[in-house]
Amino acid sequence: MSAPLRPAGGFDELVAQPARWLSAEGPHADLVLSSRIRLARNLRSVPFTHRARDEQLQGVLMSVAAAAQRSPSFEGGLMLRMAELSPLDRQVLVERHLVSHELGDGARPRGIVVAPEERLSLMINEEDHLRLQAIAPGFQLAEAWAAADRADDELDQSLDFAFSEEIGYLTACPTNAGTGLRASVLIHLPALVLLDEIQRVLKSIMQVGLNVRGLYGEHSEVMGNLFQVSNQTTLGRSEHDAIEILERVTRQIVETEEQARERMLRDARVQIEDKVWRAYGTLRHCRTIHSREVINLCSAVRLGVALGLPGLCPLRVVNELLVLTQPAHLQRAHGGELTPAERNVYRAQLVRERLAAAEREMGQTP
Amino acid sequence: MLCQICGKNPATVHFTEIHDNKMSEIHVCERCAEEKGLHATSKKQQFDIADLLVKMVDDTTTTEEERVGHVQCPRCGLLYSGFRETGRLGCAECYAAFQFQLRPLLRRIHGDTRHRGKHPAGDGEGASRFRQIQRLHDELQRAVEREEFERAATLRDEIRRLEEEARAGAEDKP
Repeated sequence: MSAPLRPAGGFDELVAQPARWLSAEGPHADLVLSSRIRLARNLRSVPFTHRARDEQLQGVLMSVAAAAQRSPSFEGGLMLRMAELSPLDRQVLVERHLVSHELGDGARPRGIVVAPEERLSLMINEEDHLRLQAIAPGFQLAEAWAAADRADDELDQSLDFAFSEEIGYLTACPTNAGTGLRASVLIHLPALVLLDEIQRVLKSIMQVGLNVRGLYGEHSEVMGNLFQVSNQTTLGRSEHDAIEILERVTRQIVETEEQARERMLRDARVQIEDKVWRAYGTLRHCRTIHSREVINLCSAVRLGVALGLPGLCPLRVVNELLVLTQPAHLQRAHGGELTPAERNVYRAQLVRERLAAAEREMGQTP
Repeated sequence: MLCQICGKNPATVHFTEIHDNKMSEIHVCERCAEEKGLHATSKKQQFDIADLLVKMVDDTTTTEEERVGHVQCPRCGLLYSGFRETGRLGCAECYAAFQFQLRPLLRRIHGDTRHRGKHPAGDGEGASRFRQIQRLHDELQRAVEREEFERAATLRDEIRRLEEEARAGAEDKP
């Protein structure tokens, strides 16, 4: 079956539409932004990316693109070659979580295939020849796994994956060998951070063998109270079991955060509401703003929406702001490069406009 | 190697000294090192020596380390020492070439060495050949245990043939 991919001109179309995982649909979307499954695969006949010659990687790019072309999962999707994109457009893909920083450099024959609504994407010639990724909004790991598993089966029909009976799927780094699976959830934990209970929770997450890191910010500094929790090992456990463990732990984290929120509301309702509304007010009326401040204020607004404070914008708008206010998106929307100072002014304008539009929409729907 | 001071205990502490552009090495046991005050002064050096001792406990002597570093993947040419530097393997074949070194490493990383997840669909030629080779390996082991050496020889030849085929098949493909 043929599933034609659109030509590279579709990039504008891709950027014009927000990704589906930002839609704030799905269970527990007020706490869990997204659920993600990533599978690492390599072609048996070609050395791993870092040891392969450019001609060999060209070959990988072509055969993987041809396989995606035959895969119903990618029907109506978009194929992009990194070398043909400007550095700014490559950065846009990084900000959309479609491409890693490594793939973002564009120096070697690398590419990406993106299915409609960015539900599914396939990075080609990153650390591994194939990195298949499925993202679903909210807490829906099973849905994301089903999509990734299906696409993997389809690609497997036309590609010979490096696999051994003993070790499983063979990857450039032994830390991914076996299932090649990285399952993760992006989770918002403001109450646990505010009540200073987060360290204890993070420690216990790591004790059960899961990995956890802040989404934004470097080292120990976490911005926006957003954490990514994922499995750490890929050998000795089936995909199903690994995902189930992550699901179970995530449910516990969700419960702990909800309890912390209840306690917080009970003890300091006015202070919390004040923090939320001050954050909203700053976003709604700022004239120059750094992306770090947007991320932190969005966290407060997101908490307010989740707590059901009336009059705030929908969760989807908060999610979208996190992506749209990042430097490459901002400059692409503006239509050219901006200095950091100009960016802050333009960012403030974009945030104000988005929130004003959301207010108008809410005003129309009784 | 024995300690250069007491000549009795195995030398577990090694120093390299550079003096007047001449390099000399000293190999001593821990006790003599302590008695003679042969300990590194800076924190960095102390760490290196601790690291060295950890390696000793791992039961690999310096020469063993070197030998392992020279193990090479026959397909992509990567040396095991190269893998140790970058943490990245060169190709799928490296997993077989370095299997004895990788197994303990995989156990340390994952707590396990055996894949229990998804398999590629059985219709792929490579996948079914892999499974066949695996089966033959199991049979071979059983044959050796039962001392059925003639059968073992036949199985070994069959495994070699299939492995050759797998290699040739892999090279044919684009």
